[in-house]
Amino acid sequence: MTDALLKVQELTATYGQIEVLHGINFEVRPQEIVVILGANGAGKTTALRALSGMVQTTGSANFNGSEITNLEPDAIVRKGVAHVPQGRGTFPELSVEENLKVGAFIRSDNEIKTDMESCYETYPVLYERRMQSAGSLSGGEQQMLAVSRALMSKPILLLLDEPSLGLAPQIVEGLFERFVTMNQELGTTMLIVEQNAQIALAMADRGYVLESGEIAVEGEASLLVNDDAIRRAYLGG
Amino acid sequence: MTPYDERTWGADMDLFLQRLFDALTNGSTYALIAVAMVLIFKATTLINFAQGEQAMLGAFIVLQLWKWGIPMWGAVVIGMVFSGILAACLERTFIRKFDPADHLPLVIITLGLFLVINAVAAIIWRFDPLSFPQLFPSGRAVTIGNARLSWYSIFAFGSCLLVLFVLQTLLTKTKIGLAFRAVSSNLESSRLCGIKIGQTLQFGWALAAAAGTLGASIYAANPVLQIEPTIMLRALIFSITAAALGGLDSLWGALIGGLTIGFVQSVVVQYIPFIPNEMTLAAAVVVLLIVLTFRPSGFLGTKTVERV
Repeated sequence: MTDALLKVQELTATYGQIEVLHGINFEVRPQEIVVILGANGAGKTTALRALSGMVQTTGSANFNGSEITNLEPDAIVRKGVAHVPQGRGTFPELSVEENLKVGAFIRSDNEIKTDMESCYETYPVLYERRMQSAGSLSGGEQQMLAVSRALMSKPILLLLDEPSLGLAPQIVEGLFERFVTMNQELGTTMLIVEQNAQIALAMADRGYVLESGEIAVEGEASLLVNDDAIRRAYLGG
Repeated sequence: MTPYDERTWGADMDLFLQRLFDALTNGSTYALIAVAMVLIFKATTLINFAQGEQAMLGAFIVLQLWKWGIPMWGAVVIGMVFSGILAACLERTFIRKFDPADHLPLVIITLGLFLVINAVAAIIWRFDPLSFPQLFPSGRAVTIGNARLSWYSIFAFGSCLLVLFVLQTLLTKTKIGLAFRAVSSNLESSRLCGIKIGQTLQFGWALAAAAGTLGASIYAANPVLQIEPTIMLRALIFSITAAALGGLDSLWGALIGGLTIGFVQSVVVQYIPFIPNEMTLAAAVVVLLIVLTFRPSGFLGTKTVERV
């Protein structure tokens, strides 16, 4: 497969002495939404952190034609990978608008303002609160801010770590609908890590199931939804 | 009231006013060093114990440049730039290679820097006190009764306000300032936004050292003081206390903390008869304890932010 945007081969990740990912392989094709499912502690978050250069890795991750495993986090962002970490990762002491400006840190073009306005159009509540500190936002609003912040770097690939965590079901639904729209309108490729398999598979093109640091199952999202083993393990029946 | 009483009351008032003016003078210099410490604490939650010595070295450089014939304020600016560059080098060489989350090694390094810088200054300039050029117009600006507010005090306080406004503007209006505040707020997300952490902290170190050098220069320019390698030792402890009072991560808190410490030093100690002069330092710490008991994050410090 040469047309993959991100091709991960035999990727391992270690925290200190402990290996958390044991050589995983997966790929994300341009404009796809790919979801990585798995239980707590399966290594989902670590997989994303490995791609962002936040943990020690071996193996290879080829993004958009170049190897990124040996790069510093800031260089990876400059290549076009944006990462929304677990727990939102906003800057609580900074205002909403400043959060977006930090998101655009790597840019120096003239369209930052326009892009900021389009974030506000997408989420009018962020416009209303643009002068408020990010820490004063609700969980759902923070997630909107976190995603907008990531989009401000104009990423080719957006990594989302458990965006549904701690949010009410209706909010999660709205959020994921937005992801699909962004994917279609901006053409942003997305790699999403989720525990909420139902909603994630409903919007994704393909999925991988991570178990104890290894890829256990992979396939089209529509097939995974109907897979008996997955239904039992992740969809509650 | 008899005329005699009036005279006593007037003299008491004069003394009290004079003490307040002294508090303003001392408080402003403590605040300038405290601001430098707050800058570094904000970004790294590290107290740089070498801050006072870096500032002292900077002030000596200013003195040396002035002796070589450079106009006084030119010397101050060059001295500030020099100590900024030196601090950037120190950060790069000694601080960056260590894990920022592990404070003990870093604290020991800053203590080491403290000793080394002090020794270097002592070797070059010896321990004999030298007089420092006057940075501000001399003489008194205002006389109320017998209390004298000198131009020096007014300019010291004014410089302190100016530094705070400049820093505030740098941190809120420039890109590197925004990056600096982002790093202070959330280190991991800053990295994920493409901010180079090392360079940003280096900028903080340089900024802090420049502010500190200005602070030490103003301190040394006090007509009643002379400069010597130990000049910042007491001031450092007062400044740390001031920074802690203000909340450690608040620039304006450093000013309030500095003025409070100045007040304790010159007013409280004067009026509470059982506290001898030698106990000034201890009195400042007692005030710190009292304030932190009721306001754990200081006057203006950020309360621990809940992350959702």
